[in-house]
Amino acid sequence: MSGVRVLVGTRKGAFILTADGKRSRWDVSGPHFAGWEIYHLKGSPADPDRLYASQTSGWFGQVIQRSCDGGKTWETPGGGVTTAPGQMPKGESNKFVYDASPPTGKPLTTHQWYDGTQHPWEFKRVWHLEPSLTDPDTVYAGVEDAALFRSSDGGTSWQELAGMRGHGTGPKWQPGAGGMCLHTILLDPRNPKRIYVAISAAGAFRTDDGGTTWRPINRGLHSQYIPEPTAEVGHCVHRIALHPSRPNVLFMQKHWDVMRSDDGGDSWREVSGNLPTDFGFVIDVHAHEPDTVYVVPIKSDAEHYPPDGKLRVFRSRKGGNEWEPLTKGLPQRDCYVNVLRDAMCVDALEPCGVYFGTTGGQVYASADGGDSWTPIVRDLPAVLSVEVQALP
Amino acid sequence: MIRVVLPPHLRTLARVRDEVTLEVPGGGPPTRAAVLDALEARYPMLRGTIRDHVTAQRRPFLRFFACTQDLTHEPEDAPLPAAVAAGAEPFLVIGAIAGG
Repeated sequence: MSGVRVLVGTRKGAFILTADGKRSRWDVSGPHFAGWEIYHLKGSPADPDRLYASQTSGWFGQVIQRSCDGGKTWETPGGGVTTAPGQMPKGESNKFVYDASPPTGKPLTTHQWYDGTQHPWEFKRVWHLEPSLTDPDTVYAGVEDAALFRSSDGGTSWQELAGMRGHGTGPKWQPGAGGMCLHTILLDPRNPKRIYVAISAAGAFRTDDGGTTWRPINRGLHSQYIPEPTAEVGHCVHRIALHPSRPNVLFMQKHWDVMRSDDGGDSWREVSGNLPTDFGFVIDVHAHEPDTVYVVPIKSDAEHYPPDGKLRVFRSRKGGNEWEPLTKGLPQRDCYVNVLRDAMCVDALEPCGVYFGTTGGQVYASADGGDSWTPIVRDLPAVLSVEVQALP
Repeated sequence: MIRVVLPPHLRTLARVRDEVTLEVPGGGPPTRAAVLDALEARYPMLRGTIRDHVTAQRRPFLRFFACTQDLTHEPEDAPLPAAVAAGAEPFLVIGAIAGG
């Protein structure tokens, strides 16, 4: 590997951080899309120069950006300026329309609202973009209000995988404090028909037929904040992660509780163990050690910052239950930032690199699997997402 | 030619530095709907950023001004002021002052 590229989405633009394989000296470019919220940007595993970004604004709505040169230049797919008479690009790369047509499933138009009534599904933004593992032109989008879309033309147009929203439990879903968002999309590297998604506050779901049919996979989750703590849906899942070599094993950071499944989500058990608090948002798995897992405990759902003002990543080398604090290089006093659900990632270099960003604008990197940390940047806008690419 | 002034973020998105000028098809006086149709045809990346893709409704934090008048709540098919139609005054798309 010649280097790494870290893609950072923030409240006020995107930043691209690059380094060689030692990951000690960093170049920072940006802000890209200055002033816009960049919920997520991610590169294609099949073509590292192909990047997708979700650009949003309370004024102007959703925009999808695509780069074919590793982030040097960007375009809105299919939306270039019209230059020839009769030329009419569709300009639909930001058109996310819920599919309620009978052929693709039961029409579904409402979900549970805060007051217990049914409320129409309304598109708000794209939270997460997940490029296909094999095709640079295929990319999935997890959106708010919760739904899953797919583009097979490089983000030029989007079609909903309506079976996700329409499989039957949709009318019971309701928004969490952050909105009703589909924020996690995991593509099974061994089974192209299997996809996992997670929704706040509905839970985790799985398809085994490439996205046509879906079912909830929340057995074993226990959530005190819903009337029936073991209900089929209603759980506020914050993030799920898997290791590519063992995709049936899933790790979940829930609103409270760190959970593990060894059967593709059919059942879950708690592995919070000795964590100082099992509330948090991020969770990820070491690139080379399938049983090494990282979380960043946050004090509580009422106080979104680390316990005791100490920013600590916790690492388990045993697949959960036994956790050790990683503190070297991280602030151990007066630190009251948060680490949001899409803001941690790992690279595949040796040793494994681990990265996370904070709402205080810091992006921390560890080039030794979490043993020690260094801030790449300290003063960005609040970080919403962090992804990393190992470059050939 | 109709002159249209966009808010800074939409100028960046459309890759224009200043106001844009548009030929608005149709025989009669230009309307807001016709101007926005022409704008989106010329700059497809603006679709969905001023008007909702499906409903074609104005996005809530945007307003339309011209000739010191707020035309936001005028019917979309009402004729725009003569000075806008003549190109003497621009049609302004304004982002609300909100947030930080």
